[in-house]
Amino acid sequence: MAVYEQSYKRYIGPLTPEWSRFLIIPRHAYRGVFKSKIFTAFFVVCFVPLLVEAILIYLHHNMNALGIMKVDMRELIPIDASFFQTFVNIQGGFAFFVALLVGPPLVSRDLRNNALPLYLCRPFSRTEYVLGKMSVLLILLSMITWIPQLLLFLFQAYLEGFTWFTQNLWIASAIVIGSVVWILLLALISQAISALVKWRVIASAAILGVFFIPSVFAEFLNFVFMTHWGHLISLAALMKNISAGLFGTFVRASGTIRFEDFDGNAREFIVMEPPLWMCWGMLFLVCAICLALLSRKVKAYEVVR
Amino acid sequence: MALPASLQEELLQDQTLNDPAVIDLLGLSVSFGRRPILKNLRGDLRGKAIGLLGPNGAGKTTLIHTLLGFYEPSAGSARIFGYDIHDQAKQIKSLVGYMPERDSFIAKMSAVHFVRLMGELSGLPPEAALERAHEALFYVGLGEARYRKLETYSLGMKQLAKLAQAIVQGPKLLFLDEPTNGLDPPARLRMIKLIREIRDSGQAHIVLSSHLLLDVEECCDEILILREGQIAVYCNLEEERKSNRKFLMLETRGDLTKFVAALKSLGCEYALTGDHRLKIVLQGGVEVRDLYQLAAQERIQLRRLSYKRDSLEDIFLKAMENSNGGV
Repeated sequence: MAVYEQSYKRYIGPLTPEWSRFLIIPRHAYRGVFKSKIFTAFFVVCFVPLLVEAILIYLHHNMNALGIMKVDMRELIPIDASFFQTFVNIQGGFAFFVALLVGPPLVSRDLRNNALPLYLCRPFSRTEYVLGKMSVLLILLSMITWIPQLLLFLFQAYLEGFTWFTQNLWIASAIVIGSVVWILLLALISQAISALVKWRVIASAAILGVFFIPSVFAEFLNFVFMTHWGHLISLAALMKNISAGLFGTFVRASGTIRFEDFDGNAREFIVMEPPLWMCWGMLFLVCAICLALLSRKVKAYEVVR
Repeated sequence: MALPASLQEELLQDQTLNDPAVIDLLGLSVSFGRRPILKNLRGDLRGKAIGLLGPNGAGKTTLIHTLLGFYEPSAGSARIFGYDIHDQAKQIKSLVGYMPERDSFIAKMSAVHFVRLMGELSGLPPEAALERAHEALFYVGLGEARYRKLETYSLGMKQLAKLAQAIVQGPKLLFLDEPTNGLDPPARLRMIKLIREIRDSGQAHIVLSSHLLLDVEECCDEILILREGQIAVYCNLEEERKSNRKFLMLETRGDLTKFVAALKSLGCEYALTGDHRLKIVLQGGVEVRDLYQLAAQERIQLRRLSYKRDSLEDIFLKAMENSNGGV
C-alpha cells in the first residue's frame, strides 16, 4: 500500500512477539504524559528526596566532607531499616500524586471515545489491555520508588562493605515488596476508578476520596471505640502497617489511652493495631474488588440486557 | 510422526487460504440475558464482498461483534477462514480489520499517531506501522490532514480515519459497520469508491453492514439479509437478479394486435398499460433480440425499451415479506 501506488496491499513483513505487545500502550502513553511541562517538572521534583538520601548515605562514609561541613557523624541519621523505610514512605507519597495525575484518564478516555473496540478487535486481549494500562503507572512509579531505592541500598552496601550487605539483605526485599505492593495498589485503584468514571476530574476526585474518606472515617471509629481496628478500612494506614511489618518496625500495641472511670480510678487502655495478616487480607480484598471492576468494565461493548 | 508446530501452523494457514468459505455459521445463536438476538444462523459465506442487510435491530451489528469475539455465542459457533471464533479468536483477529459504526478513536492523538498505534497493536513493528500509517492515510485521502488531532476532524474525515485504522495492517477480512453513516454525497461516493477498490484488489474480503441498500448494491456481490435475528435471505446478488423474471417496458407505434398475439405464442405474459405501452414478462429462452425480430416482422416501431430487473430493493422487500428464506 505504498503512497505512490495508492492501492490496497496486505502486510507480509515480520510481526512483533505477542507477549511484548502490552508494552506498546505505555510507550505511546508517555508521549502524552511528558508533553505536560508541569507534570515533567513534578516528576523531576520526585527525585529530590532520593538525592537527599544519596547525599546522606555519602556523608556517612566521607569524613572529609563531614569535616568541611563541620558536621558530627552522630548528628546524622543512622543508615538502617528505619532510614530506608522513611524514604520508601516519602517516595510512596510522591507515587500517590503521580498516580493521581496520570491514572484517571488512562481507561476513562478510551471509554469516553469508544476506543475499546479498536483495541479489542486486534490480536490484543482484555488482559493485555489492562496490563498495558497498568504498566503506564507501574513503570513510571517504579522509576521513583523501588528502583532508585534499591540502587541507593546497593550504594550503601558498596560503601559499607559486603558484611553489611549480607546482614541487611532483608532491607532490600522490604524496599522492593513494600514499594511494589503500594504502586500495584495505586495502579489498580486508579485503573478501576478510571474504568468506572468517564470524566477525568471526577475520577481524580474519586481516587482522592477512596484514600481519604475511609481514613477520616477510620479515625472517627478509632476515636469512638478507643481502638485502632478502624485502620482496616484506611488504605494509607493499612499500607503503613504493612510497610512497618516488612521493615520490622511493626508493633501491635501502638499506644495507650489513660482515663478515669466513674469511681475516679485511673485506668490505662492499650490500643492494639489489627494483626498484619488481616492488613494483608484487606489489601488483597481491595485488589480483588478492583480486578472484578476492571473485568466488568473493560469490554468492547456493554451488553444491554 | 508429529509435525513441528511451525509446520503445522503453516499447513493450517495454507488449508485456510485454500478454503473458499470466508465465514462459516454453525448454528450461531446469541442472547443478551433472556432476549435472543441471533437465532441459529447457518451457512457458508463465500463472497468477495458480503452485504449484511436488515432493518434496525435485525442483529447485523451483533453478528459482526460476535464474529469479532466481543460477545459469547449462547449456542453454536462460527468459523472465519476455518478458525473457530471461540477457540482461535487471536488467529482470527490477526486476519481481520474492523471499522466500527460509532465514533471511535483515541483522544489527543494525531491521525498518523492513532493509525500507527493501531498498526502496532496488530503486531506490526514500530517502523513498519508508521510507514503503513502514512500510506493508509494517504490511501483514504487524509494525507494532508494526517498530523491533525482527531478531535478536530469532521464526521466524514473521522469515518475515513476509522477506515485507515482498519486497513493499516492489511487485513484479509474487513468488517465495515455502516461506513457511510452521516456522510454527505461526495464523501459517501469517496467511501464507496474506496470499498470497491479494496474489493477489486482481491487482497481482502469485505463484510459490509448497512441499512442503505444502495451502498450494498454498489459494493457487494453477495448479500445476507437478517430479519429478527434470523437469516431471511443469503444469495449472490447477480445470480438472484438473473434468476428472477425479467420485466420489459415497451413503447410502440403501429397496430399491436398481431404483435401481442405473437408474444403470446412465444409464451410471454404481457399487459397493455397505455395506448402504445406494453409491459412484458420474458420467459426463459426468450431474449430481447427476439422481440426486435418480432417487431420487424409485424412492422411495429419500438420507440422505447427499458429493461428492468429485480433491484436489491425488490429482493430486500421480498425477504422482509417472507421470513422463511434461507441459504
